[in-house]
Amino acid sequence: MSFLLNCPNCGPRDVNEFACAGEVTSRPKASPDLRRLTDYVYFRRNVAGVQREWWYHRFGCEIWFLAERDTRTNEVLKTELPQAPTKRPAAQ
Amino acid sequence: MRLPEQPNERIDRTRPVRFFFAGRPVEGFEGDTIGSALFASGRRVFSRSFKYHRRRGLLCCSGGCPNCMMRVDGVPNVRVCVEPVREGAQVYAQNVLGSLERDLLAAVDHFGGPFTPVGFYYRTMIRPRSLWPLYEKFLRNVAGLGRLDEHAGRSRRFDTEHRRAEVLVIGGGRSGRKAARSAATAGRQVVLVDERGVAGVNGDFEVLAPARAIGIYEGGLVPVDAGGVLYRFRAERIVVATGALEQPLVFPGNDLVGVYLPEAVRRLVDDWSLKPGERAVIVSADERGLGVADQLQRAGTSVVERIDLRSAPPRTLEARGNRGRLSSVVVDGRELECDLLVMSGSRQPAYSLLAQAGARVEYDADRGIFVPTDLPPNVEAVGSVAGELDPAAVPAASFNGADEGGRCFVCVCEDVTEKDMKRAIAEGFDSIELAKRYTTVTMGPCQGRLCHAPAIRLHAREHETDEATIGTTTARPPWAPVSLGLLAGRGHEPAKRTSIHHRHVEAGATMMWTGLWRRAHSYGHAGNEALNVHRAVGVIDVSTLGKLLVQGPDAARFLERLYPNRFGDMKIGRIRYGVLGTDAGRIMDDGTIARLGEEQYYVTTTSTGADAVIEWFEWWNAVWGLDVEIVNLTGALAAVNVAGPRARELLGRLADVDTSNEGISYLDAKEAVVAGVPCLILRIGFVGELGYELHFTSPYGEYLWDTLLEYGADLGIRPFGLEPQRILRLEKMHILVGQDTDSESNVLEAGMPWIAKLEKDDFVGKWALEHVQGRAFREQLVGFEMTDGVVPAEGGQIVLDGRSAGRVTSARLSPQLGRAIGMAWVRPELAREDAEIEIRVNGGVASARVRLKPFFDPEGERLRS
Repeated sequence: MSFLLNCPNCGPRDVNEFACAGEVTSRPKASPDLRRLTDYVYFRRNVAGVQREWWYHRFGCEIWFLAERDTRTNEVLKTELPQAPTKRPAAQ
Repeated sequence: MRLPEQPNERIDRTRPVRFFFAGRPVEGFEGDTIGSALFASGRRVFSRSFKYHRRRGLLCCSGGCPNCMMRVDGVPNVRVCVEPVREGAQVYAQNVLGSLERDLLAAVDHFGGPFTPVGFYYRTMIRPRSLWPLYEKFLRNVAGLGRLDEHAGRSRRFDTEHRRAEVLVIGGGRSGRKAARSAATAGRQVVLVDERGVAGVNGDFEVLAPARAIGIYEGGLVPVDAGGVLYRFRAERIVVATGALEQPLVFPGNDLVGVYLPEAVRRLVDDWSLKPGERAVIVSADERGLGVADQLQRAGTSVVERIDLRSAPPRTLEARGNRGRLSSVVVDGRELECDLLVMSGSRQPAYSLLAQAGARVEYDADRGIFVPTDLPPNVEAVGSVAGELDPAAVPAASFNGADEGGRCFVCVCEDVTEKDMKRAIAEGFDSIELAKRYTTVTMGPCQGRLCHAPAIRLHAREHETDEATIGTTTARPPWAPVSLGLLAGRGHEPAKRTSIHHRHVEAGATMMWTGLWRRAHSYGHAGNEALNVHRAVGVIDVSTLGKLLVQGPDAARFLERLYPNRFGDMKIGRIRYGVLGTDAGRIMDDGTIARLGEEQYYVTTTSTGADAVIEWFEWWNAVWGLDVEIVNLTGALAAVNVAGPRARELLGRLADVDTSNEGISYLDAKEAVVAGVPCLILRIGFVGELGYELHFTSPYGEYLWDTLLEYGADLGIRPFGLEPQRILRLEKMHILVGQDTDSESNVLEAGMPWIAKLEKDDFVGKWALEHVQGRAFREQLVGFEMTDGVVPAEGGQIVLDGRSAGRVTSARLSPQLGRAIGMAWVRPELAREDAEIEIRVNGGVASARVRLKPFFDPEGERLRS
């Protein structure tokens, strides 16, 4: 891997500055059964194509952001900050 | 001997330079290379070949072939034909036993033939197996390239520099410079990489020289070897202008000293004013080769015969020699006496970098050349590498007669002959990729520059097909040999030191690594330091703890979602022990959480887990988008733990607050001024005695350390290191994450069920813990006490009826208890007080008893007192 990644904060930087935390997963909403929990914890879609994934600018500004990357070509189509919290979640 | 001054000579005859070859002085001029100066001194044999130890002389004179590799100032495999002379350099031949003239290993050439056929290292010396070490030693001595000086250590320093270029031009020839100029004129920032030439700014663009691009990687990454510096270029556009490579012809004796490629002759005469020989024969497929007649005429060399392969290709061609030197050329049976043979096959585009970048390579049968096509975006090829070459004849695969005279070398780097190639094909290595690996053709120092096209041609002929069908081998970086040191860069061993570091060193502490941190292992006697904490008071530098401030309206909610614990119900000024888990239920880290305000918490993590925990916090915060801020105070704050029965007395002397048990109770967090330094005092008891952790700004580290030691002197204060701390915490059965836990451990089986508040709506790891609770425990973390005093190894096996029943995670001799104690994962049925277990120790077994409560002060009275 030796491509450039566009940090939403710092601009294009060498991929070595970042840590990739893998594809974006969706956390089950309520208590899942063992199978669903195992799927969520251990299984990934591992697509050959455009994948939405988490990146962390570890040797830079230390923010987390989302990237859309083609896993076949390492072409990064888009990077963005996770959606800002618009309102405080309702109290539990 | 030099010729009269040549029109464009590179040498400066007014500036002599002296260096040493094999200890003897050699004179040259500024502008010479070591190779040209040696040539001027009369030297013609520059090396002995890789396998057969045949004499080899200058061949390409352009830094491409392996023939002039020598050891220069301790650096092996330097191509002296392009290495500039420098005063006092020490140059030695390599891969010889004796001298270049009398190399004892040349016996391989005379007698070794039958024993060293192609692929011999896969066959000849395999049996008996037990002798292989001997064979290997022999082969390593006989074959190969130069040797590193084992005693020199890291004598050279290498650096890496990251750079960017809008346009990176590789190759400083006519086309490269033209491309650079036009891009610069268009206002682009241009860097040109030139193997020769002079570094500097040329008009509107920068020239890096002498420098070599060693590959083109993903994302326009081009590493450039500039001697001591590796430039990692990121280029928006890459222009490859690497030109074309002169190709040798394949005929018997084509490796004799005196056989040259045209460029070598051109440089010898034009650049260094040297006479390459007396009588010359030229055999050439193009105008370029025939054109060296001009140089030869100026040098006073008589051209005996010019053979133009385009009009009158000979059927057979053979070079004959005497003691490795060319003496005559036989063309179709006609013997021509000569000491110089200029050979030139059709030039081949130097497309390797383009192929690495993803271009396809196509064979142009009419012109006999391999042309790069389908270039990837942002990469272009200009000039001869793109196939812009003068018309040339397609040379025969070999000019060997039916009787197969002397050795025809296809590859001079690895001494692979036509016969070897044929034999490999006959043995079934019929694909060019397989044949490459078996014969090692194209795998030597020239990286196929001289042998790739001839090898393909030979394959095409043997298979009675064409070059396009045979195809090319895969081009991989590096395109030129690179020192490993250059790739490694400068040696970095980053270390983190606390602000009190130097006090530990001054006190004679043994320092150790914990992650990147340097920490005091002990100050001489770990056992006594541990005892002193029990009996008087000790102080330890715990600045390495991760320290986070978590604040905001959602701070409590954030922590409750991250930890299995509850934090919302905590009173301000109180502390709780917390264990971080993942959604897999695994224990990730532990530490203390102090509530400093309604919306403010101070979180500590383990020393080695700090970075991971911060990333973890930030990530969940990005996922949840709660209204909370996380501030990393790890480096900003120093921390010391003052622990022992007399700790209160000491703190009372220095703090501006009530330090009684009511003033600061167990698990209280209080802000106070200690010896003039504003501190956050955390009363916690990792080491099992009354203790106060003081957290304060780093610059006061040494001052506060010194003050504590000074005011505690009469109380018996002593610093203690990490090792005594490990003994003390083990006495309390306090776990060390990563030592006592691993990637399968969860809080329930680790014996801390009170931590997990499963009635909470949700927290990271909750569901996994629910499933653990729903099933039977697989193993449990317990303490154990040895019956005799022996300390088992950490990782030692626990056995029950001769079968494995667990493993030891920690074990120490406790000087306070006078017993060997430890912690272990055991099968659930053994997780009961007093259960008898056996542990493998030094080949035998030792018995132990399970303990579920802390070994020392099980009720925690001393902590709370």
